[in-house]
Amino acid sequence: MTIPANHVKKILINCLCFPETVKELTVSEWELLIRCARHCKLLAYLRWKLDSCGLIASVPAQVLTHFTAAQRIVDYRNRLAMWELNRIRRALYAKDVEVLVLKGGAYQLLQIPFAQSRLLADIDILVKKSDIHTVETCLQQQGWQTAKLDEYDQQYYRTWMHEVPPLRHQERFIEVDLHHTILPLSSRLQPSPELLIEDSIVVENIAYKVFSPVDMILHSSVHLFYDAELNGADFRDLVDLKELIAYFQPQQEFFFEILLDRAKQLTLQRPLYYTLYFIHNLLDAPIPEEYIEKNIGKPSWLTRKLMCYLVPLALIPEHPDFPRKKVALARWLLYVRSHFLRMPFYLLIPHLLRKSRMRMAGKEMH
Amino acid sequence: MKLKQLGLGNLVKQAASKEGVCLDIGAFCVRVKSDEIIFLETLAFLYQDFPILPSDTFADFHIVITRPKGVRHYLKPQVIFVTDGQQPFEPFPLSHAFPLFEWGLNWCIARRSHQYLMLHAAVVEKNGKALILPALPGSGKSTLSAALAMNGWRFLSDEFTMIRPQDGKILPIPRPTPLKNASIQVIKGTFLNAEMGPLFPKTRKGTVAHLRPPKQSVEQLKEAVLPELLIFPKFQANTEIQLNLLNKPYVVFKLASNAFNYELMGRTGFELVKNMTSSCRCYNLTYSRFDQVLPLLDDLLMQNV
Repeated sequence: MTIPANHVKKILINCLCFPETVKELTVSEWELLIRCARHCKLLAYLRWKLDSCGLIASVPAQVLTHFTAAQRIVDYRNRLAMWELNRIRRALYAKDVEVLVLKGGAYQLLQIPFAQSRLLADIDILVKKSDIHTVETCLQQQGWQTAKLDEYDQQYYRTWMHEVPPLRHQERFIEVDLHHTILPLSSRLQPSPELLIEDSIVVENIAYKVFSPVDMILHSSVHLFYDAELNGADFRDLVDLKELIAYFQPQQEFFFEILLDRAKQLTLQRPLYYTLYFIHNLLDAPIPEEYIEKNIGKPSWLTRKLMCYLVPLALIPEHPDFPRKKVALARWLLYVRSHFLRMPFYLLIPHLLRKSRMRMAGKEMH
Repeated sequence: MKLKQLGLGNLVKQAASKEGVCLDIGAFCVRVKSDEIIFLETLAFLYQDFPILPSDTFADFHIVITRPKGVRHYLKPQVIFVTDGQQPFEPFPLSHAFPLFEWGLNWCIARRSHQYLMLHAAVVEKNGKALILPALPGSGKSTLSAALAMNGWRFLSDEFTMIRPQDGKILPIPRPTPLKNASIQVIKGTFLNAEMGPLFPKTRKGTVAHLRPPKQSVEQLKEAVLPELLIFPKFQANTEIQLNLLNKPYVVFKLASNAFNYELMGRTGFELVKNMTSSCRCYNLTYSRFDQVLPLLDDLLMQNV
């Protein structure tokens, strides 16, 4: 009998990387695939992938209904997001501020093909730190409300975070995260937001800017390997990175050289190393070995061994019926790591103590 | 094979296995796993006419009904609802395992089934024509649909009207109807052949008992049907029965706000609501007595327009 966890890994990764293998799936395997893909928000993506490979005819009718439902959710979130961006632009009309759209919203604006199947959670925008007060106040005056936070969280956001507390318009359901840089101020890495803004590009016909292609990849890498907790729900981010590179690389000569240079300039070699390493090794992305190996951000032997063991274990979704203890442990270790990277010890210890106290009291946390 | 034919002993064995029991509920297949006899007994009674599918069938939903770990396993035992490794609700007392299952299954359907437009409406059928009863909780749609089901109509659902975009037809999910408080006695007293599951006192909605769906309705659970009548019912004690024709643009708004996923469905949702409104006869109905409302709805369906 196959070990359940290996089974998940095999069918999920095979179907994402070698779509033609869906032809060999049994009904039970389809069922497991759908459950796992839904869990990691890749159901609509999987449909898109199969569709773009001309394999939709190999999908059983009952599975198709799940794909249809997932795609409708994605379409709906994308509509909400585009409307929200429209409203934000309108609210800021008279202000002379430059607004950048990050992540999913940016992929939408650029109409990168895979974005039409990417489930968008919220809107992320970035402005210069000197503009943040103007933008926040302006949005608040026009119906956006700041999430209700206690004093500690408020204070924490204002002092250490790379964004202000989340905003949401009173009549709508989508959250707006307003950033002034891409990592918390307490984080070990401090890429310069000025450099990122300087290189940003204008989206045709729309009054928004987005990061340049290489910066978009670096931002997503930083987010995944320096800000996220690296559990099954973050697996999608790795798939995003594979798709972004697959989309942008053919459009630019010396793409990887430019990407590595830019990483060096922004001091983001380490997260880029992880991205290239893991999309190559887990998702079979065609990355020439030299660009992985010659990256000076390559971690030490021990760190590499640890990360190569923990990341796949934590990141690949679990079999929903058979969760494993070692995965829980790997996720916990990477959770601690993510906090350790986000803030120095003298901040981390009191923060984690407080979070566990709040958890015991059963209160909402972020 | 029907659940009834499986027998309680085999059901208990199969529900505890890795594959669980695949229950065909019409529009969906549900894989149920449980080791709680008290729950399986009620399931076996209320779902007795539903087909059991082979375990290698594709199941749309996975539901586990079990006790949480820890002392509560033994001390004032509780029960939890788990779907795909997630536990979306707080535990219930063990005795309320069945209502938890029903409630959780509703939650799964409402959250995921956007391949269909989902109205928050009861639906019944006669002579190949469906009568949709959209209404808010408390307006008596479950009670009225139960009465219609006991009175010769085919029962499709008391909660979800699932409309298939391809042909505008309604797919049945003829699950047991949860009757609340006074409705339980009303149905029992009026229809002597009504069969109900155990009484569940002190749920979120008061006392609940589930009405077993008529055998005939369950046997037709794969037969989709086109809508003919759209009636917005309201139970109002001690009033004369009243039926008012509605103007269609108003019905479009009413349906759009009634559907669980109108906005999410986008253009498809609009087209479906528009087409359904223009092809159906639409009324507001206020009623207080079955002996008035049942013949009236029979007559209304028979009228050719």
